[in-house]
Amino acid sequence: METILTVTNLTKKFGPLTAVKNLSFHIEKGNVYGILGPNGSGKSTTLGIVLNVVNRTSGSFSWFNGTTSTHEALKKVGAIIERPNFYPYMTAVQNLQLVCRIKEVPRERIREKLELVGLWERRNSKFKTYSLGMKQRLAIASALLNNPEILILDEPTNGLDPQGIHQIRELIKHIAAQGTTILLASHLLDEVEKVCTHVVILRKGENLYTGKVDEMLASHGFFELKAAEPEKLKTFLQGRSEFSRFTEENGLLTAYLETPMEADTLNALCFENGIRLSHLVKRKESLEQQFLTLTNHAAPAGV
Amino acid sequence: MKRLLQIEFIKLWNNRASRILIISYFALLTSIALIAAIHFKIGPIDFHLAEQGIFNFPYIWHFNTYVTAIFKLFLAIVIVSMMSNEYSNKTIKQNLIDGLSKKEFIASKFLTVLSFAGISTVFVFLVSMILGLIYSDYTAVSIIFSDLGFLLAFFVKLVGFFSFCLFLGVLVKRSAFALGFLILWAILEQITYGILGWKFVSWETAQQIKNFFPLESMANLIKEPVSRLNAVQSVAEQIGETLKLDYQLHVYEFGITLVWTALFVYWSYALLKRRDL
Repeated sequence: METILTVTNLTKKFGPLTAVKNLSFHIEKGNVYGILGPNGSGKSTTLGIVLNVVNRTSGSFSWFNGTTSTHEALKKVGAIIERPNFYPYMTAVQNLQLVCRIKEVPRERIREKLELVGLWERRNSKFKTYSLGMKQRLAIASALLNNPEILILDEPTNGLDPQGIHQIRELIKHIAAQGTTILLASHLLDEVEKVCTHVVILRKGENLYTGKVDEMLASHGFFELKAAEPEKLKTFLQGRSEFSRFTEENGLLTAYLETPMEADTLNALCFENGIRLSHLVKRKESLEQQFLTLTNHAAPAGV
Repeated sequence: MKRLLQIEFIKLWNNRASRILIISYFALLTSIALIAAIHFKIGPIDFHLAEQGIFNFPYIWHFNTYVTAIFKLFLAIVIVSMMSNEYSNKTIKQNLIDGLSKKEFIASKFLTVLSFAGISTVFVFLVSMILGLIYSDYTAVSIIFSDLGFLLAFFVKLVGFFSFCLFLGVLVKRSAFALGFLILWAILEQITYGILGWKFVSWETAQQIKNFFPLESMANLIKEPVSRLNAVQSVAEQIGETLKLDYQLHVYEFGITLVWTALFVYWSYALLKRRDL
């Protein structure tokens, strides 16, 4: 498999604050990656470093196996960091013409990309007259001008209204479906869950997890249970090895699975042991819960 | 190189404020020809400025380069804002992400500075040539093309000054503050000179030290031309004073300005390289 980006032991310090701590990961062609972490976890800093706008303190990174210099490599990358940055007094077409010059790509692509993001009609309006959603879409058009090997998006839906969020997500899915490698930084877990195949999870600049989204936590889900005799139910379940832990709230018992088990199996099991359930629901933890679990587990003692 | 200039051209020309300032600047350069129109009669005196020898070759090269250099402030505004706007719009970040290297970024700005200075020099050359051919008392080819060093001095002066503006734009990141800093710096040079001469060294030594300051070194390249005029010289003689002025160009003065230019460009690059965006 072709490696696009390799990051090795990257560290960035802002004075006493360590924004990125000894981070390593690599990105293969064809996958959709998410960098997930709460605000201030070092996502943007990491992207800033590999995009040549933030200086690293130590560690290294290389694009395309280190065959080209960073700024040459960036011509094969499409990236948007934080807010879309364009010249406010220039129109969409003028801004994109400038990007074409920088990336050294033919100007004929401008129309194609503006049509893709639905801005062709507004091509001659000045950038400053655009709504945030339009600005973000123009940024995506601009990032795609060079038909990039990898598209890097940092919080692409941040600050958008639901309609704008939907448009951007559809666009990302559309681009991913065409085989473009995507690296998406986000603090929105469902965004990563919906779009990405692989994930790097950061917390306070440290790498908590790198791997596939669906293998992120070996979670088999949990049961929400109610019975006429809750104590008996709890004692019974605690005696079984399938469950790792329990929580109780308002008479609702939540039992977390250690190994896979279906709801009907549990129902039969309880009935055979003389427990009649009045409520039985099997749920999977959302990525959000998994994420919180993961970050809590890794929290240093005393926090 | 062409690519870098094109990039900068797109940014500048599509900005209405910059475009107006650039056009006004070149219009003003041309307007020096209007001096020829200064013509008034008071009783028996028929005064026509153009006939007073200011447009004589080769003096015209000195006079015109000195006078037109005043208009450089217009371009200073353009250059400071073309740099600081990149920071306030954060487009510098996007430019780098899009694949412009930091070296290329500074190079594109410096090439623009060179172009501005170059075009200004050509402009001044053409306007002076036309004015001289109309009004000069001497039009022998050897006289016309003597003292062309003033044009070179004009070019170096503009490049040095604009590089300073460029550096201030990078350093301060806000156009209004950068321009304020430029004025402050000009005052500081004078104050430093004053304090040095007053408290620490002799006035001669203070002047010599002052000659090494950036703005002073640029000003020294082309000295004031008025006292060279015959009319002024004769007035001075009548009141018993002989004006002895060193108006010649000196290689070491070019040297000082060029060293400052190199430093300003290098510092701009070093700042850009060191800072996180």
